[in-house]
Amino acid sequence: MIGLGFVFFFILMALLAPWIAPHDPLATSWGAIRKAPSAVNLFGTDEIGRDVLSRVIWGARASLLAGVASVCISLTLGLPIGMLAGYLGGWTDTLISRATDAMLACPFLILAIALAAFLGPSLTNAMIAIGISATPVFIRLTRASVMAVKVEDYIEAARALGNPHLRIALRHILPNILAPLIVQATLAIAAAVIAEASLSFLGLGQQPPAPSWGSMLNTAKNYVDQAPWMAIWPGASIFLLVLSFNLLGDGLRDALDPRHS
Amino acid sequence: MGKFLVRRLASILPTLFFVTILIFGLQQLLPGDPAIVLAGEDQDPNVVAYLRQKLRLDEPFPVRYAYWLGGVLQGDLGESLRIQKPVTELIFEKLPVTIQLAAMAMLIALVIGITAGITSAVYRDTTLDYAANVFALWGLSTPNFWLGIMLILLFSVQLGWLPASGYVSPFEDLKANLAAMIMPAFVLGNAIAAVLMRHTRSAMLQVLNSDYVRTARAKGLHERVVVLKHALRNAMIPIITLGALEFGTLLSGAVLTEQVFSIPGFGKLIVDAVFNRDYAVVQGVVLFTATAYITLNLLADLAYFLVNPRMRG
Amino acid sequence: MKFRLAFCLFFFIASVQSQTLRIGLAEDPDILDPTLARTFVGRIVFSALCDKLFDLDEKLNIVPMLATSHDWSADHKALIVKLRQGVTFHDGEKLDAAAVKFNLERHKNMQGSNRRGELAPVTGVEVLDPQTVRLNLAAPFAPLLAVLTDRAGMMVSPKAAQAAGEKFGAAPVCSGPFRFVERVAQDRIVVERFANYWNKGAIHFERIVYTPIVDATVRLANLRSGQLDFIERMAPSDVPGLKGDSRFKVAKIVEIGYQGITINIGKSEQSQKNPLGRDPRVREALELSLDRGAIVQVAMDGEAEIGNQWVAPDNSWYAKNMPMPKRDIARAKALLAAAGVPNPSFTLMTPTTSDAQKIAQVVQAMAKDAGFDVKIQSTEFATSLNLADKGQFDAYMLAWSGRADPDGNLFSFHACKQPLNYAGYCRPETDELINRSRSTNDPAQRRKIFEQIAEAIGKERPVVYLFHRHWLWAHSAKLSGLRTVPDGLVRVQGLKMN
Repeated sequence: MIGLGFVFFFILMALLAPWIAPHDPLATSWGAIRKAPSAVNLFGTDEIGRDVLSRVIWGARASLLAGVASVCISLTLGLPIGMLAGYLGGWTDTLISRATDAMLACPFLILAIALAAFLGPSLTNAMIAIGISATPVFIRLTRASVMAVKVEDYIEAARALGNPHLRIALRHILPNILAPLIVQATLAIAAAVIAEASLSFLGLGQQPPAPSWGSMLNTAKNYVDQAPWMAIWPGASIFLLVLSFNLLGDGLRDALDPRHS
Repeated sequence: MGKFLVRRLASILPTLFFVTILIFGLQQLLPGDPAIVLAGEDQDPNVVAYLRQKLRLDEPFPVRYAYWLGGVLQGDLGESLRIQKPVTELIFEKLPVTIQLAAMAMLIALVIGITAGITSAVYRDTTLDYAANVFALWGLSTPNFWLGIMLILLFSVQLGWLPASGYVSPFEDLKANLAAMIMPAFVLGNAIAAVLMRHTRSAMLQVLNSDYVRTARAKGLHERVVVLKHALRNAMIPIITLGALEFGTLLSGAVLTEQVFSIPGFGKLIVDAVFNRDYAVVQGVVLFTATAYITLNLLADLAYFLVNPRMRG
Repeated sequence: MKFRLAFCLFFFIASVQSQTLRIGLAEDPDILDPTLARTFVGRIVFSALCDKLFDLDEKLNIVPMLATSHDWSADHKALIVKLRQGVTFHDGEKLDAAAVKFNLERHKNMQGSNRRGELAPVTGVEVLDPQTVRLNLAAPFAPLLAVLTDRAGMMVSPKAAQAAGEKFGAAPVCSGPFRFVERVAQDRIVVERFANYWNKGAIHFERIVYTPIVDATVRLANLRSGQLDFIERMAPSDVPGLKGDSRFKVAKIVEIGYQGITINIGKSEQSQKNPLGRDPRVREALELSLDRGAIVQVAMDGEAEIGNQWVAPDNSWYAKNMPMPKRDIARAKALLAAAGVPNPSFTLMTPTTSDAQKIAQVVQAMAKDAGFDVKIQSTEFATSLNLADKGQFDAYMLAWSGRADPDGNLFSFHACKQPLNYAGYCRPETDELINRSRSTNDPAQRRKIFEQIAEAIGKERPVVYLFHRHWLWAHSAKLSGLRTVPDGLVRVQGLKMN
């Protein structure tokens, strides 16, 4: 539950950013370049004089968005496709499964990089790229879960009663496959946050001057000797956020999946 | 078992077909004219025209795909237009590097991950378990390019124990080779160790509570024997399959780690080629690694099949 | 006896080891064929592999290399070049006039050659005698000598070139102090000393290993940990840190290139949709809102010279009639008011490199004071080139590596319809001036013409030049003999490890 607590903390931080950030995250100050942490700038300043603390606080938005939105995209795409494959079986299943295998065979980051380069470097495009690249995992998981649930008695009963397929899918199958999907989604958010940081490291994610922990790390790596605080705080934030989602995912898995307790 | 094998093999071909379409489409759909990028800083119109002709850019997509696929089936993966080297040659150059990195990372991951997993399961709910869990989570949560830079600064610049980057062939100088590979292997293996540790832990926990372990204990066998001989062997099944899959992912080149440590493996090759719009390289290398991954998958399935007594029947 | 042997062996090993120079490059070079080569970084490797007809010194003067002297014909339509005696290629073939003719024709005619544009004014090459060639021109072409100090002047072995054809770049056989040994893409390029080099007294290394390391931090880390002896393009922010370390030295010189903002004033219809592209007053206001000194200080840590022309202020070709404007917010605002757009907005297309991003952010903040709303559009470099080529941009943060003759920084950018003229600037009068500046060999006359061009371009501002970087090299303090030439290349003659 520590995970949940931390997650809430970060969400709050992101939502309340305009009020709790001490300075304007975009305000440059030529006189205060790469200043060490002080009373005025608790986390120090960056390479063009912006307050690191404020940028870290505002950066929570980008990272959370990157994480959550990417996974939403993955789910929106993966869930229906996976259900189709699992429920209908036959040629639909074969086609979808082979295509999914193909996507999984290509390195995730390469797919994301190629997509992000295709779409252009921005936070939105990074989210889309990560979302699409992470979809195959959800397709597979959904398909496996649907196939397991499909053979249950209550589904047989519903079919016998003459329920249309769509109704069965939405009302009977879907609620019973949510548990592993939620767990996977939570863990996927953690991976997506790291993926966004990785894309920013390569110059493809949220672009400066807008604050994002990943692009802050990308810039900070050039100044690790002179201004380590530029890297420590965004790095620690990424670590904590990802850690909390991982803990949350673990907790959910323990709670929802009886086999793992 | 034979039927299973045949079915699995048959499924590879359509998957590979989709892979070729995916990579080719991904490359050729990238915005803009690759000839302009490859033409360098002078942008000589003659050079641009020459490159366009070499890339067949004025022909429709299906025609280009057909040419490329035709070449692939004959063993010709094209050539890098940037440095004029055949892609197959580049692959053979980088393959030993990537395999060595992957193998070392896997070794580190197995050693750290399985040990931590066993410890954590056996000493469940003690500080040791807690510490192992934190370590696993740390491994999963740190961006590996970040970890890499930190390690370079510590071990190369401050302490001077290890080289900062680069690669030396093990046939030239084994010691230098290991010194250069240990940090990137650790960075890569660290994340996988975390995954392995958790799976080992949960598999061990399941097995430790099972009937035949209780029987072994009741028989009065030494605890260590119980753990290592009986529990571990059965917990290994999912570990093997997971290990094979992760190894396959590693083969695709640890993109960021190779960038940070300047290891000339597949990851670096692919990323640079994407940014330089060197199509043939991306297509050829990704096809190669995807095929390797699919093959490893198949082998893992086979191993699972062979090891798991229940499925054999 | 055994002790003495061991002693000698020790010294031998030590001296052999110190005879390898390890250089860290900022990128992986492209094709190692002077005719096909397209990148700046490749030229650094060529400095060891291939000698050229002429070379540059620290002051950008033309000095002899494979050629010993040159003479212009009376009408300046022919250049007579006398070659050095006794020079051989790495494969033993003689370097004579026939070889030079072969090379120049290869540069001009080979498919995919990147030198065709550079040598376009050369209509033919004649062999006058085994040590003399004559280059015929359609019209006088002043930048010719400077062109021959770059890849167009590099000579490769005709026998090897004919044998290898297109694949020559995989194993180049050239005429420089080092011969090609091996290349592993993205890993290293190894060259070893050529025993019959004509200037072998100046060569003090047995081998050079070039290692491309893209990340500047890691490149420097390699130097500091002792794995490299020399690195190029150090990050400006790392300079102060290295100053205190007596094990290393930093060398610097102002580049012959520049960093500037290219504005779309006529490349496409988009130029007319934005006030920045439409109205020269808005462009003037933009220039006046910038404090170049502060940009250099903040974005480049002081490691650059401010500039407002295509050559640096300390360059002898700098037009003194167009001095550097100072920041003037009041006047900028007045100009914008006069133009009827007090708050113009435009998109600044910026490559994702950290340098370009930093400069763009500083520009954005400064221009804001005058009322500009600058939107930074981070674009991957490859995509930005494509967009610029199509004219789909308002302003583009672009740098140029520079050429020895000012024409190399001018013609392709400001003459009508030239490939690097992303601004779309096209004025027949300026074209005429540029052509005249190329066709007279009289420096005083050229200077006058450049002044007129500077005035014309200064009025329209297709490019707002910002500054000229310092080339920053860092090397082991034991290395001596480095010549700091503004073209940024690493010349190996004279380099010695003490």
